[in-house]
Amino acid sequence: MTVSMGSEDYLLEVKNLRKHYPVRKGLLQRVVAHVKAVDDVDLFIKKGETLGLVGESGCGKTTAGRAILRLIEPTDGIVLFRSKRLSDDGSEQVIDVATATPEELTLLRRDMQIIFQDPYSSLNPRMTIGEIVGEPLKVQGVAKGSEREARVLELLRAVGLDIDHVKRYPHEFSGGQRQRIGIARALALNPKLIVADEPVSALDVSIQAQVINLLQELQEKFGLTYLFIAHDLAVVKHISNRVAVMYLGKIVELAETDELFSNPKHPYTEALMSAVPVPDPDFKQERILLEGDVPSPVDPPSGCYFHPRCKYATDVCRTETPQYRHLGDEHFVSCHRADELTLKAIRTK
Amino acid sequence: MIFQEPMTSLNPVFTIGNQIVEGILLHQDVDKHEARERAVEVLGAVGISSPRQRVNEYPHQLSGGMRQRAMIAMALSCNPSLLIADEPTTALDVTIQAQVMDLMNALKRDFNAAIMFITHDLGVIASMADDVIVMYLGEIVESGSVRDIFHRPQHPYTQGLMSSIPSLRDTGKGRLQAIEGVVPTPFEVIKGCGFAPRCPHAMDQCHGRVPALSDVAPGHSAACFLLHDETEEKIR
Repeated sequence: MTVSMGSEDYLLEVKNLRKHYPVRKGLLQRVVAHVKAVDDVDLFIKKGETLGLVGESGCGKTTAGRAILRLIEPTDGIVLFRSKRLSDDGSEQVIDVATATPEELTLLRRDMQIIFQDPYSSLNPRMTIGEIVGEPLKVQGVAKGSEREARVLELLRAVGLDIDHVKRYPHEFSGGQRQRIGIARALALNPKLIVADEPVSALDVSIQAQVINLLQELQEKFGLTYLFIAHDLAVVKHISNRVAVMYLGKIVELAETDELFSNPKHPYTEALMSAVPVPDPDFKQERILLEGDVPSPVDPPSGCYFHPRCKYATDVCRTETPQYRHLGDEHFVSCHRADELTLKAIRTK
Repeated sequence: MIFQEPMTSLNPVFTIGNQIVEGILLHQDVDKHEARERAVEVLGAVGISSPRQRVNEYPHQLSGGMRQRAMIAMALSCNPSLLIADEPTTALDVTIQAQVMDLMNALKRDFNAAIMFITHDLGVIASMADDVIVMYLGEIVESGSVRDIFHRPQHPYTQGLMSSIPSLRDTGKGRLQAIEGVVPTPFEVIKGCGFAPRCPHAMDQCHGRVPALSDVAPGHSAACFLLHDETEEKIR
């Protein structure tokens, strides 16, 4: 079956992606409700760009990233991915990852890799870093023996690790170095897309900058495309070409980075931006304080999910779910009042 | 004292009321009933809605932000004049962090308490602190007013920190200026200045002697040989 994407330069297009977890109760373990971890997510990523995905904890960022790679099975939706791996003649095809067969998926995995959040639990403590970085090559059967060893050394050098350390174990490395090992492993198969799931949030600030710089260098060198998941807006702003903001399993706003930060259209984006403390003591910040907490995704509010915390909410927000719509210039938003509201942006220097 | 992780520092088998009352009974000459009233009062003061009901709830029934508020209420219950807050907002989301920071500023004003705020987040420091102390490897490397530290950082480590963080207000992409190397473990023996192995300006003497923390401007001091020549006598 041939499918096509919205544009030739899209690498990935996600439509109506859903991941619902059943909540079971009682003696018969009947399904009484669903946790809508990811609910109707639409997005696309262009070749060679970085799409940032931000939101507060529990909003479904990680679940969305994993459902795209099919590390967890999506409940519904399609994930179109452009790849050469499945065609006989090496031409590009668009494949739906969500319905790919296990054999197809194995081949597709060479093109889509992940960097995990926690560099301590994502490396096997009983394997040397040489074995860890070489494992994708072994699993996929693309290189063995001395060829694999040479590739491992090349990868370690690419991420700035000492090649003499190839026989060492993960516990001998610091957090930043371990994250480099995770990056080397993700690079092993020459992927097109890397889902970076909070790759720097477990690191010290001075080490964070090193890893961010490394990710940018590798992107330029190997033409990588990133889906960069993080909760730190400043980091996302720094590294991303476009940014998507998630709230309770839905994308509420998506736009080019400068457009999003200078012209936010969703009240949640406005509040999120104003809540980030700016490292300048003379900067007078007008914080928009959101009342209350993020509601539970088991029992989301009626209408717009954000309305109980939104200071601009009207009656229509309480009853009707807003459409996720295109405002022009690739600026997408789901808010009833996006056209009439003038929201505050962060003042730049 | 306010701890970093509101989940692990509250006892899960006691109601938050019980835990607050415990502190009050230990330190104040009141009976159980008065202590309970006082607990309800402080929970209200930290902005927890319907405190009379919340006082009987267990930590798992509260959200992260509420737990952190309960922790702050506990710390405030005896009207301290110094509040030590160890990364009180690190485990929280930014919107909840903003609520907690606002609350702490209000409490500082209303209760006239001093706050020692321990954090790695420079943004939080810029919006909370009056004076700042920068530490590296167990030593104070620089101290001064918040404006001195952010606008006129003197120690290479402070300068490195300032340039390595991205800010929402920055424009343009570029590279971040990272500090090279890694933070040494406390067991490593470093001769001379602790920061010298990672310092871009390290001189010969930095590897042999330890710089003293001394004034570089009124109210602003730093420990670095680039700024003065005072050695700290110390056995390492």
